[in-house]
Amino acid sequence: MLTVPNDGLLAIVKRDCPTCELVAPVVAQLAADQGLQVCSQDDPGFPEAVDKVGDDRELDLSHRLNIEIVPTLIRFSDGQEVARTFGWDRDAWGNVAGVDNLGADLPDQRPGCGGLNQDPSRLAELKIRHGETGIQARRVVIGEEEDAIEACYDRGWSDGLPVVPPTEARVMAMLEGTSRAPEEILGHMPPNLTPCTVEKVAINAVMAGCKPEYMPVVLAAVDAILEQDFGMHGVLASTRFVGPVLIVNGPIARRIGMNAGGNVLGQGNRANATIGRAVQLAVRNIGGGKPGGVDRATLGSPGKYSYCFAEDETGSAWTPLTMDRGLAAGTDAVTVFAGYGLQGVVDERGRTPEDLAATFATSLRAIDNINKFPSPDAVLVVCPEHERTFVEGGWDKARLHLELLERLTVPADDVMPGQHGIQEGADPALKGQMVAKLPPEGLLIVRAGGGAGKFSGIIAGFTVSSPNSSRPVTKEVRS
Amino acid sequence: MTTDSILLDPTAETEAAVRARLPRPASLDGLTVGLLDISKPRGDVFLDQVEKRMTERGIAVRRYRKPTVIRPAPVEIQQAVATECDIMFEGLAD
Repeated sequence: MLTVPNDGLLAIVKRDCPTCELVAPVVAQLAADQGLQVCSQDDPGFPEAVDKVGDDRELDLSHRLNIEIVPTLIRFSDGQEVARTFGWDRDAWGNVAGVDNLGADLPDQRPGCGGLNQDPSRLAELKIRHGETGIQARRVVIGEEEDAIEACYDRGWSDGLPVVPPTEARVMAMLEGTSRAPEEILGHMPPNLTPCTVEKVAINAVMAGCKPEYMPVVLAAVDAILEQDFGMHGVLASTRFVGPVLIVNGPIARRIGMNAGGNVLGQGNRANATIGRAVQLAVRNIGGGKPGGVDRATLGSPGKYSYCFAEDETGSAWTPLTMDRGLAAGTDAVTVFAGYGLQGVVDERGRTPEDLAATFATSLRAIDNINKFPSPDAVLVVCPEHERTFVEGGWDKARLHLELLERLTVPADDVMPGQHGIQEGADPALKGQMVAKLPPEGLLIVRAGGGAGKFSGIIAGFTVSSPNSSRPVTKEVRS
Repeated sequence: MTTDSILLDPTAETEAAVRARLPRPASLDGLTVGLLDISKPRGDVFLDQVEKRMTERGIAVRRYRKPTVIRPAPVEIQQAVATECDIMFEGLAD
């Protein structure tokens, strides 16, 4: 290991730096006359005129001395640094070296070059090697011959698809995506109610394949599922189909490249795919929620790998979901909804808002069972062509919401057990009254999807919105 | 060791980092025992004897044989042992 002189001079240089080349004769002179110790960041054969150049290609000494610019000249006294200069400045070098008129044939000043130890990829590696990352998570050493992806499978960390191995360098980079402190506890993650830190979320976001810039959205989504109102434990433990469905609003969706257009609920977009997956992996790994364990789903849903999309705010004439949820327009936010699958709603012939409302209401009535009143909540995803029909007919989103709820309120006698040959049905005590399929807060409407096709969709939910069950939760995205 | 061979634990760290081997059963009663002949010379003689002794004690035994000692067992044999047996013995050396 390279050491610094107890009393004397040290210079850090690199060959790939014109200023270092320029001052090489001065460095050689000081080495010969003053016992200057020289270390090179890239080539221990440089400067040629110095007999013995320290090899700091591993950059450990440069890192310990926090070299920012090369050349750097440092004086030590009793093992302590007492003076430093960097780049080339005749007077400054003279002061540090205690020698007048150094490099008389050189220009007075020249700026230096960045130290290799400050290169972001090298710096990360150096911080890891020097134990300076501050990351608290347990280090798991895998075999030299072991494939890291297979090692993650073997340890039960995967949802069934390959994960990106969570190395310290990757997790450091992920944590750069948020200003929130790594040790901040977002809450206690069901089912094991273990403390869920920003750092643990970052590890799972790495495994999911997220970019660091997705971290604020991932964290907001985790904030949301940890709210009591969402009831993540029940969502996980249920024999029903559900998992967290994430709807992202605000400019951040575009900034991170989320899909709100064609194939919005499908495959192929990294942000959509990996943000939803990161949340599911956090539940699995931090909370310990796994199928066959506390996850008791009868059928589950493909959406339990990942279910995340953005509302198409720029293409829509309607208010965004965030405003419907009481936030200002343009707010970056994530809404989590305990939902599953997709029920397609096709209407290519309706030309008026009333036509489409009839189709939507009848399709919403099918949630769970046409006789189920009330039924679990629902998200209605209205495609652009259908939205246009409403907008041209003068219906805003609030009007559609109201009209659907009216059409979904029916005489209880029509949906009693036994009606339509179906044993499911409304509470017999409600006979003679009107019953609602959905409470107002149980129907969310968003606008998304490709420009062609009169194909909207229903994402059905988990339970009827109430304080004792699962309710949608919206959280602002914090940087 | 490269830092690529060190992963950060994504879990709540409530389980040991090194996975323990499955405990040995206290008794073979009611279990199915696989005997794997890895194609070492006279391995079959040894396993024949083990099978005889186990069968005398009423223990269910299944026999398997790798085609060659120099390669890992083919996937079909790995899957058969994993799905058909509770524990497995093999004869390791000549």
